[in-house]
Amino acid sequence: MIHIHKYEKWWIGLTILMLVAFATLVGVAAFSKGFQVPEPWMRVDPNTVKDSGAFSDANLGLHELAPGKYEAYLLAQSSPWRFYPSELSIPVGSTVTFYVTSVDVQHGFRIQDTNINLQILPGQVSKATYTFEKAGEFPYVCGEYCGVGHQGMFGKIVVK
Amino acid sequence: MFAVEKKILSWHLVLACVALSIGTLFGPLQALEHMGVNLYPALQVIGIQSYYQGLTLHGVLNALVWTTFFITGFLMYVMVKTLNTPLSKPGLSWAGFYVMVVGLVMAAIPLLLNQASILYTMYPPLQAPWYYYLGLTLFVVGSWVSGWSMLATFLGWRKQNPGKTVPFMAMAGMITMVLWQICTLGIASEILGLILPWTFGLYGMDSQLARTLFWFTGHPLVYFWLLPAYVSWYGMMPKQSGGKLFSEPLARFAFWLFLILSTPLGFHHQYLDPGVPAVWKFLHAALTYAVFFPSMLTAFNVIASMENGGRARGGKGLFGWLLTLPWTDPSWTTQALAMIIFSLGGVGGLINASYNVNLVVHNTAWVPGHLHLTVGSGVTLTFMGILYWLIPHLTGKALWSKKLALWQAWSWFVGMLIFSRGMHWIGLLGAPRRTMLGVALGNYGSADWRVPTLMTGIGGLILFVSATLFFIEVIMSAYFSKEKAEVEMPVAEPLHAEVIPAWLNNWQPWLVGTVVLIVVAYAPMLIQLISQAQFTSPGFKVW
Repeated sequence: MIHIHKYEKWWIGLTILMLVAFATLVGVAAFSKGFQVPEPWMRVDPNTVKDSGAFSDANLGLHELAPGKYEAYLLAQSSPWRFYPSELSIPVGSTVTFYVTSVDVQHGFRIQDTNINLQILPGQVSKATYTFEKAGEFPYVCGEYCGVGHQGMFGKIVVK
Repeated sequence: MFAVEKKILSWHLVLACVALSIGTLFGPLQALEHMGVNLYPALQVIGIQSYYQGLTLHGVLNALVWTTFFITGFLMYVMVKTLNTPLSKPGLSWAGFYVMVVGLVMAAIPLLLNQASILYTMYPPLQAPWYYYLGLTLFVVGSWVSGWSMLATFLGWRKQNPGKTVPFMAMAGMITMVLWQICTLGIASEILGLILPWTFGLYGMDSQLARTLFWFTGHPLVYFWLLPAYVSWYGMMPKQSGGKLFSEPLARFAFWLFLILSTPLGFHHQYLDPGVPAVWKFLHAALTYAVFFPSMLTAFNVIASMENGGRARGGKGLFGWLLTLPWTDPSWTTQALAMIIFSLGGVGGLINASYNVNLVVHNTAWVPGHLHLTVGSGVTLTFMGILYWLIPHLTGKALWSKKLALWQAWSWFVGMLIFSRGMHWIGLLGAPRRTMLGVALGNYGSADWRVPTLMTGIGGLILFVSATLFFIEVIMSAYFSKEKAEVEMPVAEPLHAEVIPAWLNNWQPWLVGTVVLIVVAYAPMLIQLISQAQFTSPGFKVW
């Protein structure tokens, strides 16, 4: 066996303790308390996704499922760079489940001042749920480089 | 002795520095843009069409070209010196170098013509011309060939010295190149299996599968950058500090752990991806914590070695040894400052790796803030520090100006702390990464962004000054220095003369461990992604 200095043994012990503690904390927060990362939801064909179904023009935007409970379908697109729709209005206290996909390149979907942060890929539907407890405007912005207009790709949620 | 190896190394260093000199030019332009001063329109006269073309050049030239040329040259030279045996097949090293150059030229043309402004992650379905991808492939293959030349020399030495312990730095360098060979299989299969056929229109693209193959290489890539810096921190800096390597066996152990743990954790770059189940992401999060373990071993060992040096130079008391360290030696100081910055990057990296905590920072300016502490300083500043002994070693002439080199190191240190603090801060405020933040501020930013964006601008300007000092020092030292000097490669001795046990001198258990961990962490998910792939996306050119 190799010689290890006493202090170095303490350091190694401390490192292992720390890493086990971190893994336990994030694991419990995720799998028992529900602070989870995105999971697979469904696949679509990016070439036809807006022609019919959930991401067709007629269905994009908010749908109230029950009082205070919504789902929102959004499309991300480059050239012109924007989200469809670019504005959503909901009452304070609403719970919204977002479904987002791309018709072209990769995008991001991050709602400012929340923990909603999604990678948007063509061919995949990203899903996340959030309850808006505070009134105000919450921009949703593209977090992935998607071409020269990327910095102008955003929308907003108005919570009243 | 080693005239051929010196020549090969010198050519690698020349191209590395040329790449860095062009790549860093764009850095301050990005930082200034964040501050609200966009100079890119003025660059259209020289053909730079957009912020994002500049950003792509900055990423590719600095993170890929500068690092890879430096590393393949440096590790080859360290190996032949520590084994004290010349390259067995120098022609193979030359061949590798030429293949890298051909690849670089093929990739540089579309980059400069604004045909490949897809950033260094090249996420499909952003689509560059086929020769861009082929150029990148050749560049990587060239570095493989250089690695084979090292391997041939390494195996030849082992044959001639049966049962002997391989010198630490030769072993560490070889481990790094083997890691590179294994992990680049991801990007090789992404380009050859998905992207090239797709650019020829043979089939569409599945972005999720492409991202997964990219990050198979993408994270070990950072260890490919970092481990050569660790070679210097473990193997050379104790000597430069005036001391010895505190624990050589644990240094070796750390390198073996990096070999087996660097690859099976790519999903920690994909926590937000829609196509990967959470449980796989969590497994990779746990493995990412595991790779933090050898980093912590390294922190203890290199600092204890420096303390050993400081005390040997007369330092007393709990912290007095810090003062007696060679702060007037540019090579040592530059690398010591790199270590300090890197330790901050390590803490941030732990946050990035922390699964759901990552939701707060993913795809925000926090991430390039982190990257500039790690590859932009921990690695790059260390390589600069290495050049401060390596150039005199190669030319036989003294460093042109010690003072200038020290100014360079300290200005990089200060500039990077300011720049990176601004980036981390604005990332926490929600500013996305890889974005013209000066424009975005007016779109969806807030007044809170002003101070941190100002910090990125000021930090970027200081870094630009520092980079300029660096290139002046390099050019003057390489070509115009008059004073003769004989500078030897620093090689640290171990503090305790111990017999290295066989398990630390034997590849087999570690290679088996590497393959097993990769299979466990990747195979089921890769098989699922491939079998369920939908090759639907056409290519897009949206820049």
